[in-house]
Amino acid sequence: MRHGKGFRRMIGWVFGAVLVAALAANNAKLFAAEEAGAGGKTHEQPKPPRQEWTFNGFFGQYDPAQLQRGFQVYREVCSNCHSLKLIAFRNLADPGGPGFSEAQVKALAAQYQIKDGPNDAGEMFERPGRPSDYFPWNFPNAQAAIAALGALPPDMSLLAKARSYERGFPLFLIDPIIQYQEQGPDYINAILNGYTNDKDPNWNEYMPGHKIAMPKPLSDGAVDYADGSPKTVQQYAKDVSAFLMWAAEPKLDERKRIGFNVLIFLAVYALLLFAAKKKIWHRPEAQVSHDAP
Amino acid sequence: MSGEPTYVPKSRLARWFESRLPIIGLVHSSFVTFPNPRNLNYWWTFGGILSFMLAAQIVTGVVLAMHYTPQSSLAFVSIEHIMRDVNYGWLLRYMHANGASMFFLALYIHMFRGMYYGSYKDPREVLWLLGVVIYLLAIATAFMGYVLPWGQMSFWGATVITSLFSAIPLVGNSITTWLWGGYAVDNATLNRFYSLHYLLPFMIAGVVVLHIWALHVHGSNNPAGIEKKTAKDTLPFHPYFTVKDGFALVCFLVFYGWFVFYVPNYLGDADNYIEANPLQTPVHIVPEWYYLPFYAILRSIPNKLGGTAAMFTAVLVIAFLPWLDTSRVRSAAFRPLYKIFFWLFVICAVLLGYMGSQPPEGGYVIAARFLTVYYFLHFFVILPLLGKYEKPKLLPASICDAVLGQSGDAPEAGAASIQAREPGQ
Repeated sequence: MRHGKGFRRMIGWVFGAVLVAALAANNAKLFAAEEAGAGGKTHEQPKPPRQEWTFNGFFGQYDPAQLQRGFQVYREVCSNCHSLKLIAFRNLADPGGPGFSEAQVKALAAQYQIKDGPNDAGEMFERPGRPSDYFPWNFPNAQAAIAALGALPPDMSLLAKARSYERGFPLFLIDPIIQYQEQGPDYINAILNGYTNDKDPNWNEYMPGHKIAMPKPLSDGAVDYADGSPKTVQQYAKDVSAFLMWAAEPKLDERKRIGFNVLIFLAVYALLLFAAKKKIWHRPEAQVSHDAP
Repeated sequence: MSGEPTYVPKSRLARWFESRLPIIGLVHSSFVTFPNPRNLNYWWTFGGILSFMLAAQIVTGVVLAMHYTPQSSLAFVSIEHIMRDVNYGWLLRYMHANGASMFFLALYIHMFRGMYYGSYKDPREVLWLLGVVIYLLAIATAFMGYVLPWGQMSFWGATVITSLFSAIPLVGNSITTWLWGGYAVDNATLNRFYSLHYLLPFMIAGVVVLHIWALHVHGSNNPAGIEKKTAKDTLPFHPYFTVKDGFALVCFLVFYGWFVFYVPNYLGDADNYIEANPLQTPVHIVPEWYYLPFYAILRSIPNKLGGTAAMFTAVLVIAFLPWLDTSRVRSAAFRPLYKIFFWLFVICAVLLGYMGSQPPEGGYVIAARFLTVYYFLHFFVILPLLGKYEKPKLLPASICDAVLGQSGDAPEAGAASIQAREPGQ
């Protein structure tokens, strides 16, 4: 019995320690966020502040209106330099996305000129876009982009999953419990809001080393929202970060919906198995007694 | 896979078949009537969980292979094609990627359980060795699988690990070139890794069969660490252990599902969503979590050959446990000192993992070096000496005795009940 007790006590201690660490971390996080908010211009870049996202957590889903606004920001600002090569026009009408209609997508695609070919004469030609086409890039290749811009703008299709930041000990231990998977959009949002040095458009508070090749891309009023949302850099940054998260993880809505059903099913199944196990292990033949032969 | 030959075919067809290939009887005696020690606790359910995870990895992997393109300029995009355009492709890929982590989690619990209860000791040394072979194959399989998405961490992880072989004197560079199939990690490397990644899991499955065969010769070890003597010490595999393993498996699946559906990228690296670029090295090259303790050991030695040798020794030393542990008492329940050193070793391994995830600078390096020394001390000094100087507690006379004295509790709750009556020595 002593072993069993000691063993359980050990487990208890470990879980207790993890819990305490988690609580401490939670507090530390709040303080860290406050400090970041207070905005000391330290030589190390601060951690991106955590944002509220509609797609965060157990029941999180994308907000189609926000994705549409984010797409507008991408289209009118980002797409001048950045490619979005993994996204096709048709994706904009996919369930769990910005929720454009088929007709809207068709009309939108037709506004683009897509290079196709070679045709029967062996020549490349341009034609209006179709929903099955992928978003074209403003530059013929990387070299041309570098020549024009001075640096290569990264493709944006996966950017929200390809960017992150160190959470550090012990925060990284509680992230899977609180389901923090939005480091990418938080980081992008922070960068877009991080141009706080008016004299230097390439200075960014959240960029490692504070030097960023991309000069301040957004300014208040640059994009004309039709739905009455505020036309501020803050709003643009948030909307386009959400749009990029959708671009990187287009099946998130479906994933979380199915996941909920799966976990409910498994939990009920586990309870039934536990009851069955209790019952079977209480059969007479499973018991031992002193007077047994 | 021994057991009572109790299967009696009921139908004529079954009789006809059984007299020609007695495979139903084999399964029946191995997984239905097989007598298991009645005191097995939940740490013994991870063998079954591992079998399930291996099957799950093979099934999801085979379907993923139908949609994946092992070509260096197409691999990355084909993964995104799976994530976006294949029906439930995202589910398959997240199950497969997180499944690897779950496999290793279960594997490590299974190994630590074997260490705690001395499952590797006479007469189960071959069983343990087969387990080590499975572990080595799993390491190789997961490593090559991680290369297939051809992201930045895939590419640079492959470069770092394969470059280790160049530390071998004289022939090192030739071996590395031979492994790469060229003068750098490139398409040839990707192709062979893909081929081997598909092959090795089936080799694992083969060794698992041997592992279970070896297990069924003497049966499972148990928390008391003493052999079963009479029928009273055991319960039939079915329904007692099928239902118990099943319950544990479903609980494990809840945990697995949490990762797949809610934090599918938590265990991955953001850099792997950037396509491989041989001209741009990531700031920190970090392997997957299940290699981190060994990665920390590799970096602790300020010499490439020495580090590589230390790392491989750290993995391979596990195979020698049956001979390094000189105590004849199996279960840590009856080894008061070993119990302490076991948990110290667990803490050491976890801390090494943390050091492996941090940049190799400052205090991390110093801490990692101390931990590396302790890691080897545990195997080469503590374990051999402990068996000679430790005074074990009195063992119960039988498994049945170990279960008795466990007032009204579930019978599997544990051994060591004898101590309640005969405390220590």
